[in-house]
Amino acid sequence: MVKKLPSIWEAMQTKGYSRRDFMRFCSMAAAVAGVKVSGMASVVHAFEKKPRPPVVWLHFQECTCCSESFIRSSHPIVSDVVFDYLSLDYTETLQAAAGHQAEKCLHDTMKNNAGKYILLVEGSVPMKDDGVYCTIGGRSAEDILKEAAKDAAAVIAWGSCASNGCIQAANPNPTNATPIHKIISKPVINVPGCPPIGDVMTAVITHVLVFGKIPDLDGQGRPKEFYGRRVHDTCYRRPYYDAGMFVEAWDDDKARKGYCLYKMGCRGPVTYNACSVTRWNEGTSYPIQSGHGCIGCSENGFWDNGPFYRHLASFPGFGIETTADTVGTVVGVAAAAGVTAHAVTTHIRKKKIVNDRIERSVTDREPKKEGGEE
Amino acid sequence: MARIVVDPITRIEGHLRIEAVVENGKISEAYSSGTMIRGFEKILKGRDPRDAWAFTERACGVCTTVHALASVRTVEDALKISVPKNAELIRNLMFCAQYCQDHVVHFYHLHALDWVDVVSALSADPKETSRIARSISKWPKTSPGYFSDIQQRVKTFVESGQLGIFANGYWGHSAYKLPAEINLLAVAHYLEALEWQKEIVKIHAIFGGKNPHPNYLVGGVPCSINLEEVNAINSERLNHVLKLIKDAMAFVEQVYIPDLMAIAGYYKDWAAVGGGLENYLSYGDLPTQGYNQPDSFKFPRGAILNRNLNEVHDVNGKDSEEIKEYIAHSWYKYAGGDKTGLHPWDGETEFNHTGPKPPYDFLDIDGKYSWIKTPRWRGNPMEVGPLARLLVGYASGSDEVKDVIHEAIHALQVPVTALFSTLGRTAARGLETRLVARWMKGFYDDLLANIKNGDTRTFNDERWEPDTWPKTAEGVGLTEAPRGALAHWIRIKDKVIDNYQLVVPSTWNASPKDHNGKRSAYEESLVGTPVANEDAPIEILRTVHSFDPCIACAVHLYDPDGKNIHQITVR
Repeated sequence: MVKKLPSIWEAMQTKGYSRRDFMRFCSMAAAVAGVKVSGMASVVHAFEKKPRPPVVWLHFQECTCCSESFIRSSHPIVSDVVFDYLSLDYTETLQAAAGHQAEKCLHDTMKNNAGKYILLVEGSVPMKDDGVYCTIGGRSAEDILKEAAKDAAAVIAWGSCASNGCIQAANPNPTNATPIHKIISKPVINVPGCPPIGDVMTAVITHVLVFGKIPDLDGQGRPKEFYGRRVHDTCYRRPYYDAGMFVEAWDDDKARKGYCLYKMGCRGPVTYNACSVTRWNEGTSYPIQSGHGCIGCSENGFWDNGPFYRHLASFPGFGIETTADTVGTVVGVAAAAGVTAHAVTTHIRKKKIVNDRIERSVTDREPKKEGGEE
Repeated sequence: MARIVVDPITRIEGHLRIEAVVENGKISEAYSSGTMIRGFEKILKGRDPRDAWAFTERACGVCTTVHALASVRTVEDALKISVPKNAELIRNLMFCAQYCQDHVVHFYHLHALDWVDVVSALSADPKETSRIARSISKWPKTSPGYFSDIQQRVKTFVESGQLGIFANGYWGHSAYKLPAEINLLAVAHYLEALEWQKEIVKIHAIFGGKNPHPNYLVGGVPCSINLEEVNAINSERLNHVLKLIKDAMAFVEQVYIPDLMAIAGYYKDWAAVGGGLENYLSYGDLPTQGYNQPDSFKFPRGAILNRNLNEVHDVNGKDSEEIKEYIAHSWYKYAGGDKTGLHPWDGETEFNHTGPKPPYDFLDIDGKYSWIKTPRWRGNPMEVGPLARLLVGYASGSDEVKDVIHEAIHALQVPVTALFSTLGRTAARGLETRLVARWMKGFYDDLLANIKNGDTRTFNDERWEPDTWPKTAEGVGLTEAPRGALAHWIRIKDKVIDNYQLVVPSTWNASPKDHNGKRSAYEESLVGTPVANEDAPIEILRTVHSFDPCIACAVHLYDPDGKNIHQITVR
């Protein structure tokens, strides 16, 4: 009954991809997952040998922007692979079956692949009033989540809803919308953002799939790979901040020259995300590049950190080496002072930081065990 | 007689449950229930009105941008702000890009599997598929080898034993009528559309920084135009937009429409099923002379009653007698009782879940059974969406609308009344996409002409600062989401949101019965729909999907009493 499932390499061969295409795909996947050249062998090996891992994608209190972002993932071979080489056994957004036939897909996967399937969760879970605020097939979201998480090999929380409750958890949180890591006891990879960048989503899956382990996470359960840097520190408009050149009003002459949006409320300085490096929609842009400040959508409680157009408090000495673990989110309180002070501090710190970074980057790159495949 | 339950309804946005009573192979009664709620209006109270677009945009990530547009219009209406010409054009371009992406994804990825049998594509002759493809379109990817590769890919997929999203589908069901060759064509375009849809939304990324959920701004748009600057909308960005528009026009004209017509030709019997209500409502959209000039809209505003296309009724979102919401069968409580209807500005509600606690097998259909309220226009249930837009356009005398409709019904050799059906609704979505793609190019040309004339303004700063606002203000923002008429209402008091409400397309279409027992659009359309096999009710999916359900934004609550409301003081 158990038949051998084709590996990604085998599947690509039947699709007419050459070995060279395959190797290029592996390099791309490795680059996206942040693997250096010496780790390539394990990437190639993993794609050659592994059958498509079963995936269950649950939807609770959400708006489906995470699913939409996921299908915006830009590398062509990646989207082929996501379609062909993951087995999306349950996903209410795309699956053909509905009703009890759909539920059967879920139960079959949980039963036949216990301990092997990846659970992806989009949406928060309402914990108030016995779960009447979100039911599927007559069952509460909490009930479904707990059952599906029980035998999952890995659990990924897509977006801010599943990671931190997002908008429905904003004050006064009428339904007691709760992020999934507070409900299940397993470790959860949080991939926040409203939504997360599509390429980041596929990269996180690729990371798990290739290495068979979860990526390094920060204190909020976010992959450091994509949430280790503040938007501010990698922003192409950062030099204007350092030089004290700010947009003062929408569409003023400074806005037309692309100065820093800090005074317009930009949350880049307190937001850990990949937007200014990976960018959105195949690198087309990101919010700051298109003239609007970052609203901080990958941070816990960002909806209650507004208003969005009031600029942040000063954060003197808040250098780029700091991580979310040591600083946390700065709550927005209006203050004009401190901008210049910070800019000056930043200048002085920069030299030291650059030197430190160079040294540390060398020590960080000592080879680690990159196991995972059989 | 059997009561069947389909929950979850898949290939939609949100959580929808349908319970239907089947008698003699046909649905005799139906119950539509939204089973998830988040409570947006309660969360919006006390916040800065200029932030509301970001909150409400999160009502839906499938039809992203539309709530943001409704919201900025609502606030601009309340504060009497008019936006610069460039901002109007950029908003229109984003609107059109959304329609193209959303409608194509709906057709191929959410709706097609109701009509297309993927497994049947395995027995197709790729040469014949190629011949058919070439006979209906000049799209270049039509060689026999191409379709043979696609077929091989499906074969490998099926033989892997891991059917993924195709598992437990209704393959082989007697309701599937397409020849294997057309099934193969549709499967190929399912994959191509998945690749293409991520391209067109780059227009959102260029003007709004990202998609899904690009950025908007009360008073204009956040991006600036500067032809002498790399850090703004410049020639390169505009060229990028033009390329995306041209590609969109090609995809819609050469893939979407030929496929739609080819598939529709085999399902003409569905032109007699699922007609539902006889009333249609469109707020209209795509202004060309400003939002306050609805006469200039590409999609006209109006209401049609009893399918009388000789009369278009005026629609006014501010008239307290026109739009009212009822809760007789919704899990809310009104002080005036369950039979009262309230205009959104006077909305008054609190949660009142009286249904069965989960887990449950059936809803209490005699009582309240949904988180969706029931809106009525002058007491009438109304259908909203692409069909309503086209009918209001047709009845208003729009030549462009008439032309695409006549062309389609002539090609299919059906009467114009075929539009009042499940098939008609699905066709209308495609036909309006043709119009929208053309209009998008027109708005692009207008934007270039305006810039060429020396106007680069994208923002009106007159009432940005809250100290320029009156002590109280109220506004309405009307738009047409891909799924239909969408409106937001706001009351601003002391510079913060005092009350904010949304009445969205799926509130009109997916709502439960009203206090008089009258059905809304989904339920009315389901009555009479045939069900050949109660264990595999694919026909229910066809009719429900023809509306393109989008449920997350349909459920919300109003709470003017302000209990436990978080207050934020704005400096």
